[in-house]
Amino acid sequence: MEYLIVLYNEVYKILFLLIPILVSVAMIVWFDRRVWGFVQKRKGPNVVGPFGLFQTLADALKYIFKEIIIPASSNKVIFILAPIVTMTLALSAWAVIPLSEKMVIADINVGILYIFAISSLGVYGILMGGWASNSKYPFLGAVRSAAQMVSYEVSIGIIIINVLLCTGSLNLKEIVLAQQNLWFVVPLFPMFVIFFISALAETNRPPFDLPEAEAELVAGYQTEYSGMMYAMFWLGEYANILLMCALGSILFLGGWLSPIDVYPLNLIPGVVWMIIKILILFFMFAIIKAIVPRYRYDQLMRLGWKVFLPFSLIYVVLTASFLIYFDLLPNKGI
Amino acid sequence: MIAHALFFYFFSIIAILSAIMVIVSRNTVHAVFFLILDFISIASLFILIGAEFLGMMMIIVYVGAVAVLFLFVVMLLNVSEQKLSWFRGSRKTKHIPIGLAVGAVILLELIVVVGGWQYRDTFSETKFLNFEKDFTNTHAIGNVMYTEYIHLFQISGLILLLSMIGAIVLTYRKREGVKRQSYFTQVGREREDSIKLVEVESGKGINLDD
Repeated sequence: MEYLIVLYNEVYKILFLLIPILVSVAMIVWFDRRVWGFVQKRKGPNVVGPFGLFQTLADALKYIFKEIIIPASSNKVIFILAPIVTMTLALSAWAVIPLSEKMVIADINVGILYIFAISSLGVYGILMGGWASNSKYPFLGAVRSAAQMVSYEVSIGIIIINVLLCTGSLNLKEIVLAQQNLWFVVPLFPMFVIFFISALAETNRPPFDLPEAEAELVAGYQTEYSGMMYAMFWLGEYANILLMCALGSILFLGGWLSPIDVYPLNLIPGVVWMIIKILILFFMFAIIKAIVPRYRYDQLMRLGWKVFLPFSLIYVVLTASFLIYFDLLPNKGI
Repeated sequence: MIAHALFFYFFSIIAILSAIMVIVSRNTVHAVFFLILDFISIASLFILIGAEFLGMMMIIVYVGAVAVLFLFVVMLLNVSEQKLSWFRGSRKTKHIPIGLAVGAVILLELIVVVGGWQYRDTFSETKFLNFEKDFTNTHAIGNVMYTEYIHLFQISGLILLLSMIGAIVLTYRKREGVKRQSYFTQVGREREDSIKLVEVESGKGINLDD
């Protein structure tokens, strides 16, 4: 009986996190298209519901009622598994994200490593989808994205090391609490910029959307997908983008902490600050999609390996020597 | 504790079954996917015994990087439909005796390692180990690795660096006649270098090639 109660509590907590995330993914897609429209002096989706807010729900309804087509020459099991893997991984990473001091499902010691591990698994959904489709464009897209995601993960990992040096803990809550006096975006500003650009590449967003470049590869690994399976890829992708925004705000923008700890501001609950920070980061994602042209593939690889990786490595050394010289290292007693 | 035991058996059964499927499955891509499943379930076993740092590292290194490269190679080489005909006994190959020999050697080594392994006498007296309650095992590993085993750690890093350089040297070849883009010259171009205003006399034209 005890187990049942525990199970019930956990399921309740998980549902309370997952359903808002799925709804906010739908809203964020609308927001993305709307920003994109305004930058290009269009209106964007504005017909369904107030300001077109329900556009994504209408789209989802369309996807649900469309037929799922499985190509005859595809590898059927892996073909069906690919969107499921993408979406499951994108949602399961949210388990450790602290939305405020108390709102977190699993407060584990190695939270940041968990997120890093899950986001490094994200490439499998794309690889599986691209290979199982058994067709040229999806395969090319999959191969591109595998190389791209593996190379940008390296620089994200090293940026995370920078933050860890300043906090001395792998727990996401402690990373946020270490920023009570100063957000890490101030001392580690170059790392924040590189993290943001690497997050764009990691989530296959423009200007690094080469795996799904519609001008050359149709839609990359999504070419053969239709109906609900396509929608799952697309939900997973946006959930990943939201996750990267949340990670950026936890690592650099002080998570749920208010910008200054003064009277009217610290009355606002932490989750509101967290959502505002996620939305600001997502707004930057959306603006960049609208105003930056797509990179060429060799430029993308050069940027990852020859610019970001050495620069963030040097910054690790700088941060470490600064912390040691001024005797600021956390956890000295241990 | 029952839940703990249940999860343990669940993950170990998956680990063993997927390890078998790595060898048995006929499609090499499927084999790599089973290998990934194996890695993940072993990482889960690590997490179950409380070694969460090792478990996460297992996923990041093996699943996130090594297996991606495996998959990459297998997909690109197009060996995915290789039939394991010897498994059904229809065709004889030379691989079986060699494979069996290697397997026997590895088994022997494992027996030696497991049977003869014991902790160092001074193990529990090292001053770097700390068994306090709120001391995470990330801190513990770091404390031991960067103090007592620093030389072994550095040597293993050097060996990895050496193998990386070796791989690059073996595969690198300088190709002739490749046009490379130089970002510095492109960005550093001035107006004077590239634009010239010329007065052209009517009816005579101009030779631009000089």
